[in-house]
Amino acid sequence: MTSDIPRQEQTGACRARGCGERADALAHLPEPIRRRVHNHPCFSEEAHQHYARMHVAVAPACNIQCHYCNRKYDCSNESRPGVVSELLTPEQAVQKALAVAAHIPQLSVLGIAGPGDPLANPERTLATFRGLAEKAPDIKLCLSTNGLALPDLVEEICAHNIDHVTITINCLDPDVGAQIYPWIFWKNRRIRGRRAAEILIDQQQRGLEALVARDVLVKVNSVLIPGVNDTHLEEVSRVVKAKGAFLHNVMPLISDPSHGTFYGLMGQRGPTAQELQSLQDACAGDMRMMRHCRQCRADAVGMLGEDRSAEFTLERIAAMEIDHAAALERRRRVQAEIEARRRAERAPRGEVRVALASLNSALGKHRRNRPRTEPERPAVHIAVATQSGERVDQHFGHAEEFLIYEASAQGVRLVARRAVDRYCSGPAACGEAEAALEAAVRALEGCAAVLCAKIGFAPWSRLEAAGILPNGERAGEPIAEAVASVYREMLDAGELEEPVGELPAWQASA
Amino acid sequence: MAFQIAEDCIRCWACVPLCPNGAIATDTAGFRIQPNRCTECAGDFAEAQCASICPAEGAILDAAGEPLNPPGSLTGIPPERRAAVMAEIRAR
Repeated sequence: MTSDIPRQEQTGACRARGCGERADALAHLPEPIRRRVHNHPCFSEEAHQHYARMHVAVAPACNIQCHYCNRKYDCSNESRPGVVSELLTPEQAVQKALAVAAHIPQLSVLGIAGPGDPLANPERTLATFRGLAEKAPDIKLCLSTNGLALPDLVEEICAHNIDHVTITINCLDPDVGAQIYPWIFWKNRRIRGRRAAEILIDQQQRGLEALVARDVLVKVNSVLIPGVNDTHLEEVSRVVKAKGAFLHNVMPLISDPSHGTFYGLMGQRGPTAQELQSLQDACAGDMRMMRHCRQCRADAVGMLGEDRSAEFTLERIAAMEIDHAAALERRRRVQAEIEARRRAERAPRGEVRVALASLNSALGKHRRNRPRTEPERPAVHIAVATQSGERVDQHFGHAEEFLIYEASAQGVRLVARRAVDRYCSGPAACGEAEAALEAAVRALEGCAAVLCAKIGFAPWSRLEAAGILPNGERAGEPIAEAVASVYREMLDAGELEEPVGELPAWQASA
Repeated sequence: MAFQIAEDCIRCWACVPLCPNGAIATDTAGFRIQPNRCTECAGDFAEAQCASICPAEGAILDAAGEPLNPPGSLTGIPPERRAAVMAEIRAR
């Protein structure tokens, strides 16, 4: 806390979370939009390695009920949307934000995401933004909403310089919506069923259009609910993009029964990692999907994937002495350094090019041995356990997250991050330690191999049984090179002979 | 006649600005309805506002102490189902 060296730089914690991809995932965006999101950790996959965000929990009320939400929940070990430990007044929120901005100079964004709906609490939400804009004008403001109250508040949003709005849109079809939203509160009445979904959907679409017309950046979040909206989300994606949303983020349903949600208690399952990835791929089109979303709590503080909110309780903040002018100056300096470093990192990296070049020649050899009618570009998914985010350097059993790379003739690219038990960091009472291996195997579904520094005998056997090849031979190697090498070995060993169409080879053979 | 707020209240504040009579006191010990102010929205709204936005089943009670939103009525979770799953979780 007192160190002037930002914590991420000391520990590399963000890298441990697997930010291996250096490519600019926002490259497809028009330059003006890119300039606006380049330091937003939630929107720019690359920026999240450098910048921090915080959510302030000032908005407790909600105007709808979603079947994936339990309004009663408050657990400090949980990390997921809608959950908070401490509700703040706008004054307290501004004070907290200033304290965080003074201690975490990478802070670039303040968001309001709940625990209810920010726009169902417009006075509290807007008062927080006003206070912060006055005292820390460098911090970007954003909010996340279900959209019901959005059309009526677009003017206010623009007047408060709120640059980014996220709307959660799970459907366009009211019949689908009726399975997700049991009721809304609308014009002083509780409305249920299809009619409720119809109103909500209409408001969301009108809000989206109005924000885009006013040049506010809009991201759309969708919760993937198998059997409910899974086949519908491709259309959602197409429509919201056509209307001008600049990003679409498909997130997995979290439905643990112990969370007490409708879906959790009624046995609605969440998607498998493979299902989520397939849908994200299907929705991607000309727009990169967000693959790094961590589904943060409504009071999360720090870099994505970490939560330092415990350091900034009201009690602790009250004891802090902060020179706000100096803090602002330090943020400017640190963030200028970050930008300089990012510019340097954008330079092409030789080692990856070498790896890809040798990969291509291996592929060429492979192709010559194949009949011409066979598919030309077999692609496999290979998982990596990494602490540094750069090398294969993590013990399988220690991995909280795997990076999923796709290896194909085009090269090696990061396509997903899959967390293992990511939404609970609590004591054993909260989850089952013995289930960790099964959770890891689930996270690796669809992968042909997993590269790690070391791996125990039991997980090795379990992975083999699941058709995932454990590989500890690439320990210490740079990730892209290691993945390329393993891919080449698989080609040479003839392990990729199955036709590859819509389904990847390992899935077609399963 | 006046409504009451029971312990199941989650203190989400949704009802507070809606009350046409400013009858909801936000005490730190728990939210409560001041009986001398509550009119059950008679003359102001067709539906009692606090009970219409409240997300917590069993939190708003009528004058007779009966929940206006009984278990299962807002979440759609049958009470017996909730009880069975919770018992299963506790038994783990």
